Amino acid sequence: MHSEQKPSLLLKLAAWGGLVFLHFPIIVVVLYAFNTEESAFSFPLQGFTLHWFTDALARQDMLSAVWLSIKVATLATVLAMVLGTLAAGALYRKDFFGKEAITLMLILPIALPGIITGIALLSAIKMAHVDPNFWTIAIGHATFCVVIVYNNVIARFRRTSFSLIEASMDLGADGWQTFRYVVLPQIATALLAGAILAFALSFDEIIVTTFTAGQERTLPIWLLNQLGRPRDVPITNVVAMMIMLITAIPIFGAWYLTRGTENTAGSSK
Amino acid sequence: MTMAATLPVSAPLPVARKGGPLRVVSNFLYRRSTLYLLLLLTPPLLWFGVVYLGSLLALLSQSVYTFDDFTMGVTPDFTLANYKALFVDGANYDIVLRTLGMAACVSIASAILAFPIAYYMARYATGWRKGFFYVAVMLPMWASYIVKVYSWTVILAKGGILYWAIGKLGLTHALEAVLALPVIGGNSLSTSNLGRFLVFTYIWLPFMILPIQASIERIPANLLQASADLGARPGQTFRTVILPLAIPGVVAGSIFTFSLTLGDFIIPQLVGPSGLFIGNMVYTMQGSIGNIPMAAAFTVVPVVIIGVYLAIAKRLGAFDAL
Repeated sequence: MHSEQKPSLLLKLAAWGGLVFLHFPIIVVVLYAFNTEESAFSFPLQGFTLHWFTDALARQDMLSAVWLSIKVATLATVLAMVLGTLAAGALYRKDFFGKEAITLMLILPIALPGIITGIALLSAIKMAHVDPNFWTIAIGHATFCVVIVYNNVIARFRRTSFSLIEASMDLGADGWQTFRYVVLPQIATALLAGAILAFALSFDEIIVTTFTAGQERTLPIWLLNQLGRPRDVPITNVVAMMIMLITAIPIFGAWYLTRGTENTAGSSK
Repeated sequence: MTMAATLPVSAPLPVARKGGPLRVVSNFLYRRSTLYLLLLLTPPLLWFGVVYLGSLLALLSQSVYTFDDFTMGVTPDFTLANYKALFVDGANYDIVLRTLGMAACVSIASAILAFPIAYYMARYATGWRKGFFYVAVMLPMWASYIVKVYSWTVILAKGGILYWAIGKLGLTHALEAVLALPVIGGNSLSTSNLGRFLVFTYIWLPFMILPIQASIERIPANLLQASADLGARPGQTFRTVILPLAIPGVVAGSIFTFSLTLGDFIIPQLVGPSGLFIGNMVYTMQGSIGNIPMAAAFTVVPVVIIGVYLAIAKRLGAFDAL
């Protein structure tokens, strides 16, 4: 809802100040990545260099951490897309017994502290006498990624005009055809946006991962280990900045894909 | 007849000819909407039932298992010793209180910081500013958690950017005075509770902004016009109409800020004094000691708190603002 009045100066300052606060550490990470100094966090910065980038890219352990993170996030995202879309398709319209409980269960992995999901999975893994590995990480990630896809897809379902589906059925299409030619195109961008966010979430997850990873090292865990190595500060700075940039691009993509949908015809409930 | 039942959600399939087997299946499902619903729900329910709830139950059952201090082994003998240690042992109790106190402070501070941003976004930002604000809040929210925390350790370090800025502003003595205070102070910003609080608040702030923004945006315009027509000044409208209607958003946001603080062990490990948090305790218990029963008992505290919190939040209508 918009107001015709002008915002007060105080409100404007607080809002824009808040934005600056939110971006301050991100800018700092970028600044330090180009710092010539090797060991300290001193400010002002000493000089500008690019050579830590080549050093960072030569680090095999970093590259294998990136590769593991990509594999885990891809598998988790695919699983979350399937499970999240199924759940959204089932829950968006019909009221039935237990619907609220199912909704709560989908939210639970992100509403409960991550450490609980992490240690719960670990104790189940141990009870099943399985060694933590790539699959246990991906299963853990998929569990909390489902809700991201679910939220995106169900929001789009709710905004989709229902008469389109009825029209398709009236014109003789069966359920599959209606899904393929009417429903899927409608939810496609929301599904993609959900998938991007799920990928970003999995790529960045650290708390659950520390429990389910065993000896494996995803990128966030690699970075956490780096913090205990003061000699590696320049490389840590550079990798931190690259992670920042790599996650920023999909965020823009997800925003772009879901933007404007709140104004779709028939969306006002 | 509800049409929800006619949306098979699956991978795109080749178009079925009239009377083909796919058509038979789809027509069959169309007529049996309950069966269809069950088919849709089975995979997610199986996944969550087995992987998630199964694990949670495995964890909770372990909390009453016995841990042998001498053999360092876990045996499935029923005991309440872990819970006793949690509530009777002063050190464990302190850890729980310390974590809860931080979670409460962080939630309140995030709400105060988030409100003006959310309010401005919902009521004044139009055109490009609206999209800009949205992306500007989303970006730090989704940006790498570990990188953001790392950045703060750099910012708060002695000789770092914040110390430099405070020195330039001539406020070094004021900072020293603040750091000399009990509880919030410490040797330096990065080893004080103040620093830890700052990092926590920063990291969870976007989780508070977006739900508040959503709930303010949902306030119908005619409600505000009615309020003005009835003679309320803008301040009165804000206090009596907007603020109460924004509360579900604040509660929804606080679910995240509270819960995320309760379970975090990375920030307490990297910033602030040495006092442990629930998360650190759980991590240490299971990792270096292998005492999963005690770790499990520790996790029951946040489970119960968040459970109660969710129940209250639901009553307040916070779930609609999620």
